Amino acid sequence: MDNIIIIAVAALGGLGLVAAIVLYFIASKFKVIEDPKIDLVEESLPSANCGGCGYPGCRAFAEATVKQAKDERHLEGLNCPVGGNDVMQTVGKILGLEVEQQAPLIAVVRCNGSKANSPAKINYEGATSCTFAHALYAGEGGCPHGCLGLGDCVVVCEFDAIHMNDELGLPIVNDKCTACNACVEACPRDIIELRKKGPKGRRVFVSCINEEKGGIAKKNCEVACIGCSKCVKVCPHDAITMDNFLAYIDFEKCKLCRDCVEVCPTNAIHEVNFKPRKPKVPKEEKPKPKEASVVETIAEAAPSKENKEAPKEN
Amino acid sequence: MIGTVKTFSLGGVHPEENKLSANAPIEKIPVPKQAFIPMGQNLGTPSKPVVSKGDLVKVGQLIAEASGFISTNIHSPVSGKVLKIDDIVDASGYKRPGIIINVDGDEWDESIDLSDDIKEDIELDGKEIIEKIKEKGLVGMGGATFPTYVKMMPPPGKVAEYLLINGVECEPYLTSDHRLMLEKGKEILIGTRILMKALNVNKAIIGIEINKLDAINHLNELAKKYEGIKIQPLKVQYPQGGEKQLIKAALNREVPSGKLPIEVGCVVQNVGTAFAVYEAVQKNKPLIDRVVTVTGKGVKKPSNFLVRIGTPLQDMIDAVEGFPETTGKIINGGPMMGKALISLDVPVVKGSSGILLMEEGESKRKPESPCIRCSKCTYVCPQGLEPFLLSKASKLAKFDMAEKEKVMDCIECGSCQYTCPASIPLLDYLRLGKTMVGANIRNRNKK
Repeated sequence: MDNIIIIAVAALGGLGLVAAIVLYFIASKFKVIEDPKIDLVEESLPSANCGGCGYPGCRAFAEATVKQAKDERHLEGLNCPVGGNDVMQTVGKILGLEVEQQAPLIAVVRCNGSKANSPAKINYEGATSCTFAHALYAGEGGCPHGCLGLGDCVVVCEFDAIHMNDELGLPIVNDKCTACNACVEACPRDIIELRKKGPKGRRVFVSCINEEKGGIAKKNCEVACIGCSKCVKVCPHDAITMDNFLAYIDFEKCKLCRDCVEVCPTNAIHEVNFKPRKPKVPKEEKPKPKEASVVETIAEAAPSKENKEAPKEN
Repeated sequence: MIGTVKTFSLGGVHPEENKLSANAPIEKIPVPKQAFIPMGQNLGTPSKPVVSKGDLVKVGQLIAEASGFISTNIHSPVSGKVLKIDDIVDASGYKRPGIIINVDGDEWDESIDLSDDIKEDIELDGKEIIEKIKEKGLVGMGGATFPTYVKMMPPPGKVAEYLLINGVECEPYLTSDHRLMLEKGKEILIGTRILMKALNVNKAIIGIEINKLDAINHLNELAKKYEGIKIQPLKVQYPQGGEKQLIKAALNREVPSGKLPIEVGCVVQNVGTAFAVYEAVQKNKPLIDRVVTVTGKGVKKPSNFLVRIGTPLQDMIDAVEGFPETTGKIINGGPMMGKALISLDVPVVKGSSGILLMEEGESKRKPESPCIRCSKCTYVCPQGLEPFLLSKASKLAKFDMAEKEKVMDCIECGSCQYTCPASIPLLDYLRLGKTMVGANIRNRNKK
């Protein structure tokens, strides 16, 4: 009995030993020499594998980073949008390179054609796919540029950052957005854009991409950009351009003065995360004592929640 | 005796025929007050306007010319003054470039023969016929609107052996081709002879389903006089009007995947196209009008109208005594392949074959439920595809898989969706798959 066990153990042990020796030599012969920095860089990345950097996964991005650092000694053009500046700084430290600070971006839905603003004229029944509906027809509200509300952007988001609001019929982006670009690519109408998050999350943008003439655009949607050019004239920073009856605010030039928001006749320009505006003091009441005015402002400002909630972003 | 009745072998469904307007003779509809003529009336590139605002045009005058190989000329269907060259809302709600003409009287271009005499002798030779077809802006009248002259020029190395004339009209409700065969039978046969001469073939087959026995008998009688034309009766089976299905039914030949009918020596043209060819070649008349069926269960007077291109659909609805209150959907085309319209201000185009006013009850889709793997969609697919698999692949954005499973061979007949007991919008997803795979293939070819 004992004998059998000993033989079995010896045989298996011997076999294991032989296999180990063979494997050792094979492993050392076919060893893949890899820069250990790739592993270090990969560890510092968020492992979301979202593809937002333009590479298929974090490992590929790490390899590309290490290669570019070695060949060109800089990290320009490489950015992990999910990790943001912190991660890129860590990557820079590992590779011994300076990394420029980049302003964080966020996805912005440039359509406010909610069910109230652009009422449905027809009922759609069919596949829940924006790409399909876009190829089929203009949309329930009739705007050929507006959001179709079928949620292709919601399906592709891996960060739980964009959700369909059933009341509005529009997608809403929350703070979890990492600017990975997936929703921008999924939207068949190019409504979603990556814009600068802005200081304290404050940003101003035109919430419409309709390039039709004012009258036609307004017919389908109450809050369409009608191309009146008032915002272009009022902008002190030359940040607004008008093309095909559509205003566009360049977020690099915009200084967030909000003059355009005030003049827009259709409320197509949105401001996000700003404090409620001080109510305009009529000219006759100007000589009032200063303190009283301030108190009044605060008292009025406190309950004015609508102003904060009006823009469809958080 | 009508001879052996044939059909295609794979799949197919048999929806309710509902040919309500089969006995309504073709009526002429008055010329509209304003004509809206979209520039994209053919498959391929849209045409380019050659008139400008304020120009006076006559009926039949060239107003837009072809802008590429797969493109066609457009002629004015009315006489009057060009109001503007602007965007027109099309059947899908998008704006497309077009020409709007204010109608004034009805003055025809002098070169068009307006007499009722039937001209039998074909004077032009093959090349001249194709040139004429191209010049007069002819497209396939079955609905796909592929420029006719392109079909008439087989690529080098390929020879046409048969000309198939498609008088199947397998779509339920529609009767425009049926009426045309009954009333313009002689013209269609002469048109067929013209097409045969241009293609240099001596065998032509006109395929007609046996629910149109009167048309089969009528054409059989007339065809005795014309050499080489055979009338082929076909069993009633949807989608026999698809060109690949018609070739299979009439000749038992199968068009290989991704190939055109010319691969098996066939050219298929619609009966409407044959009639338009007759008018273009013998009468010098461009494609400016067509027969359109206006029908529906609630419609008081289901009719077939000969309308000018550019007539707003509203005019035709008025001609059938208004649209019933019970209408749930207005469909451009037949119930199987047509698309729902979003307004009645859209004009008749070269490819319009019918307007269907569907009742509230029959138009609504049933709520979708999960696939029960009954494989009915696979049984009925006339192309031998697996719709359940393709739709799933498209839904999950696996377009490479959809391509491998031959989504591009789908003819969008809708048999799968019609038969699905779970009411899954299979065709919607197949169309999505086709759009995306088509775009992928184009991108790949560009590289």
